[in-house]
Amino acid sequence: MNATDNPAPGVAVARSLRHEPSFRGRVIGLGYDALDPGFYAEGLLDGGVILPYPSAGRDAMLAALGRAKHEFGIDVVIPTLDSELRAIASAGPELEALGIRTFVPRMDSLERASKPRLHELARSPGVVVPDSEPIVSADAIPKLVKRFGLPIMIKGVYYGGDVAHSEADAVLSFHRYVATWGVPVVVQRFIPGEEYNVAAVGDGEGGLVGAVAMRKMMITDKGKGWSGVTVDNPALLDMTRAVVTALQWRGPLEVEILRHKDSGELNVVEINPRFPAWVHLSTGAGQNLPYACALLALGHPAPPMPAYRSGVLFVRISLDQISDLSTFEQLTASGLMRPRQVTR
Amino acid sequence: MHDLSRLRNLAVSESGFLFDPVTGHTFNVNATGLAVLQALKTGRSEDQIIAELTESFEQEGGEDVARDVAEFLTRLREHGLVG
Repeated sequence: MNATDNPAPGVAVARSLRHEPSFRGRVIGLGYDALDPGFYAEGLLDGGVILPYPSAGRDAMLAALGRAKHEFGIDVVIPTLDSELRAIASAGPELEALGIRTFVPRMDSLERASKPRLHELARSPGVVVPDSEPIVSADAIPKLVKRFGLPIMIKGVYYGGDVAHSEADAVLSFHRYVATWGVPVVVQRFIPGEEYNVAAVGDGEGGLVGAVAMRKMMITDKGKGWSGVTVDNPALLDMTRAVVTALQWRGPLEVEILRHKDSGELNVVEINPRFPAWVHLSTGAGQNLPYACALLALGHPAPPMPAYRSGVLFVRISLDQISDLSTFEQLTASGLMRPRQVTR
Repeated sequence: MHDLSRLRNLAVSESGFLFDPVTGHTFNVNATGLAVLQALKTGRSEDQIIAELTESFEQEGGEDVARDVAEFLTRLREHGLVG
């Protein structure tokens, strides 16, 4: 439910579920802080649960979800943060025993889509990825600068990426990412060009349930897309389909693709194994991907997805949500936000 | 002959606002640019466009319609809208 200047996708997923006319369920927000803005969004949630941070371990997370099941009767969990996804993806049997369904990638797909292994996808038909190499020592940087040239991309294993214009910059970035996320750090050939993002859902059998491509129009100083527009570029969708097929991907994902400014060649530079924060744009453009994911989690067939409309904008805004103190009290005192406490 | 495949997909409004659905880029053109684009989309050649513009728009002394059309086409090529 984090919706600050580095928003998590949860609010967007909740909005998309609410948007679906045939949705008759309840939406329970999961967050890590009593002041996560999503808990206070008017008309969004039917309840809320504070989860323990992923560092508390899998058992703590399962216990919190079990409590959520008991309190709200949760049927489906859609994880939207990388840090919680692995725990949930590995806990399928335990969650099923609790009566909670998911539609998330298999562990082997998660591994193969990770930054350190992304370059292996180059062997898959229809997928083009830039040369990259995971490293555990800064000693490897000079050799890679010689091989990939400058500038060069230095990426943290879980999050973040810097464009380094010199070997010294690359070394600095390496140490920063080691300090934040540990090793390996991924060194990738820099692709000059424009970034496109595709939100999609894979059916787990190599097929694509739906996919919507967009280009960011405004980027904040934190590198977050603050506005974007859907584009109609079949090549982006073909590349996404190839990724989903290669990984036999199940569930949501975001594919980041760079279009080389000179050759026009598309390169998959990153795969995020969950919905992006802008996913509500897919709903606005005609493909409600979060709702499709919820249906699939419940064992229903994938809904037919119409072609989405290009030229649909999203523009993110900050607004002050007025709320009663009782919502904050509930979340801090009990870790739960019960329906009668929701401000509407 | 220009490659017009991208131009055909370009959304053009009467206000001169353009949207390229392939790249998501937007542009604004003036009345003259709009006239050139609309003529290109119907398959008219550069010479035909120059002739039509010279006839349609009031020309002040010294204006070089051919140069302006050529420059505009260069801009369109730079943005990948014509081949």
